[in-house]
Amino acid sequence: MMEFFNALWGHAFLQYALAGGLLASIGCGIVGSYVVVKRIGFLAGGISHSVLGGMGIAFFFGLSPLGGALVAAVASALLIGWVRITWREQEDTLIGTLWAVGMAIGILFISKTPGYGVNLMSYLFGNILMVSPGDLWMMAGIDLIILLTVYFCYQQFLAVSFDEEFARLRGIPVTFFYLLLLCMVAVTVVLLIQVVGLILVIALLTLPAAIAAHYVHSLGKMMLLATLLGMLFTLVGLALSYGPDLPAGATIILVAGVTYLISLFATTLQKRKVMRRQLLQAMK
Amino acid sequence: MTAVVSLEDVTFSYSGPKVLDRINLEISEHEFIGLVGPNAGGKSTLLKMMLGLLKPLAGKVRVLGDKPERSCTQVGYVPQYPLFSREFPITVEQTVLMGRLGVSGMFGGYRRSDREVARRVMLETEVADLSSRQLCTLSGGQLQRVLMARALACEPRILMLDEPTANIDMRIETEIFDLLKKLSSRMTIIVVSHDVGFISGYVGRVACLNRTLVCHPTAAIDGDTIRSLYEADVKMVEHHHH
Repeated sequence: MMEFFNALWGHAFLQYALAGGLLASIGCGIVGSYVVVKRIGFLAGGISHSVLGGMGIAFFFGLSPLGGALVAAVASALLIGWVRITWREQEDTLIGTLWAVGMAIGILFISKTPGYGVNLMSYLFGNILMVSPGDLWMMAGIDLIILLTVYFCYQQFLAVSFDEEFARLRGIPVTFFYLLLLCMVAVTVVLLIQVVGLILVIALLTLPAAIAAHYVHSLGKMMLLATLLGMLFTLVGLALSYGPDLPAGATIILVAGVTYLISLFATTLQKRKVMRRQLLQAMK
Repeated sequence: MTAVVSLEDVTFSYSGPKVLDRINLEISEHEFIGLVGPNAGGKSTLLKMMLGLLKPLAGKVRVLGDKPERSCTQVGYVPQYPLFSREFPITVEQTVLMGRLGVSGMFGGYRRSDREVARRVMLETEVADLSSRQLCTLSGGQLQRVLMARALACEPRILMLDEPTANIDMRIETEIFDLLKKLSSRMTIIVVSHDVGFISGYVGRVACLNRTLVCHPTAAIDGDTIRSLYEADVKMVEHHHH
């Protein structure tokens, strides 16, 4: 661990990696809270995996893979959202299809791209140590867009994620805000691909918010706590992985996953204790 | 008196046999009307059509002289089953405040006047003490009152309730209908119920719905009416509400 903090002063790439992790945590804390309370984790998983298709195509034609990822993420978010609104019952089949077909397209294009296949691994599992200053600016930009959108439409997003039918009756354009929410999920996925890769995105999107939900009881506080937890996980994950030269993305996810399990266990025990005490008091 | 809700030859089906067949109904201002009938008789469907959540296959629905999807912001709605998760991290007050959406401005937070309205309706429905509680800590009866407060926070001209007392006990059912009776002096109330015997002590008119619709003033309800509606013998119990 100490080794990491000593190296942090000397190496720019480590500073960039840490900055990238912290920036990604902001988006994942805010949007992840919506994903958790609206229970669209599977949907977010579908969006994140379908992104490989866009990356593969962009890679094949020599374009920016992240640009391709952004286009693919937003396109699949809109497609899933549109299908859910039109034919509600086929939603999960479509998500599964998009999930697999997106990856298949990506693999085909990447395999036909001349050069080394190393890049495939870094998209799947992240390449936080290769984050460049340009990437950092892009991540900061995405964070800013998410923050502004949520700041101005907080009540609308809350109403749509709480009770769509009632929101519709109050004259809120539910379809618009739902699709906007999915687009925010899509850009957040792209933000997080830098850090942990597209396979592990879903864990970083949901775990900090799910842990936060154990302790706070409003959406705003949940976003704040999830952001802080995300920052802690990326910092600890990076530090742990540096000495033994472990893959950073996977280490970050394991830190988050273990914390989630401990938190779940502790809060369940706490709840049982409270219930037992209430039961005893009732019997007196 | 002008009709606040008017249905003309309304027909509907969910890709199958007709659920509603040529329904005609006019509801006038400040009326307290009960929609009763057996399960799957089309009660909730008719209510959803008045709210603009479903469109009729044929016929015309007008609410406050306009299309229902346009007038729905002047309607307060209490659903039968809440569609939200009870685990959602939200307080009673925030839930009630959602009734102010569409009344106050589109963007930004709630105004002081919105909070005052929320406070007032929470006092009226007796949930003011619970305002900072989480939804998951409420009992069924308390949740029902919160849903009523949310609907009243819209300051509606029409209040529509779908089986508001289906999941709660008799004592609270009476309390809720006493409250509705009081509210009916300042707004039109349409309540869906399967319990014609209970509500006939409160409402002014009963619309009996089983694919087709027959209206009765509550004084004229007897065993024959109920028998023809449910197509079975029904035990009659005398109710006296004071």
